[in-house]
Amino acid sequence: MKLHLTRRYRFAASHRLHTVHLGEKENRRVYGKCNNPYGHGHNYVVEIAVSGPVNPATGMIANLGDLDAFVEDAVIEPFDHKYLNVDVDAFREHVPTAENICIEIFNRVREFPHAKLERVRVEETSLNSFEYTGEPELFSAGSTSRSDRDVQLKS
Amino acid sequence: MVYLTRKIEFSASHLYHNPAFSAEENRRVFGKCNNPHGHGHNYVLEVTVAGEPDPATGMVLDLKELKEILQREVTDRMDHRFLNYEVAELSGQIPTCENIAKVIWQLLEPKITRGELHRVRLYETPDLFVDCFGDKSGAVASTGPTPE
Repeated sequence: MKLHLTRRYRFAASHRLHTVHLGEKENRRVYGKCNNPYGHGHNYVVEIAVSGPVNPATGMIANLGDLDAFVEDAVIEPFDHKYLNVDVDAFREHVPTAENICIEIFNRVREFPHAKLERVRVEETSLNSFEYTGEPELFSAGSTSRSDRDVQLKS
Repeated sequence: MVYLTRKIEFSASHLYHNPAFSAEENRRVFGKCNNPHGHGHNYVLEVTVAGEPDPATGMVLDLKELKEILQREVTDRMDHRFLNYEVAELSGQIPTCENIAKVIWQLLEPKITRGELHRVRLYETPDLFVDCFGDKSGAVASTGPTPE
């Protein structure tokens, strides 16, 4: 039997979808309203799923206080009420699509020392959600191919 | 393969306390959940059964049958109970979401005779849930709807 513990967190942030790999007109065609030069925002919901043995002394996979503190420091504090394109270094280089936000959050939370990160799920709105489980090919891919991937997904 | 999910709710109280820990250690590890008088939650349980629909009925299993199993095994046992003292299967364990989900899996698995138990998802609050999968499962199945 396998157990996953999942916790939901929230942050509110703005972003603009725009890639240096495309011209102005192409950016508008690919990203539509999301290419508005002044940006726009969402209330994001993030689900973090971790696994590991249940400690018989505590009945827990991981102490929620430890997980909450880690996610607060690694994700919520740096992302909440920020303009992602400018305020988060990773998104100066990569388009802050929900796909890339998933990957960036995964890369940050996989350092959590008390359990194994299984899955990150991001709800950008109540109608759109994205999941990432850390496939090795995306980790090994260079930064350029990740940006290219955004374009392929959106076009 | 088709995945069928049935949802139920139950309300119960619990407290986290390990008699092997000192009072100070219990408070440090379990925080507010260590309140000696307990506290409660409205638990939401989603049970997913996997199988091929029977060609004669179009069903993986009869929902009525699943509903009765959930009533007997979970609701009758846990609803409006103090989990630490009134649920024998949790005796000697800290009734965390992890351990309750595990007990529910163990109770349900032998009772599901049509199809196969695929996932038990137990929400303690809308922001905290545990998924329990069988050893054969890929265990990265997409998430279902979240109750708000």
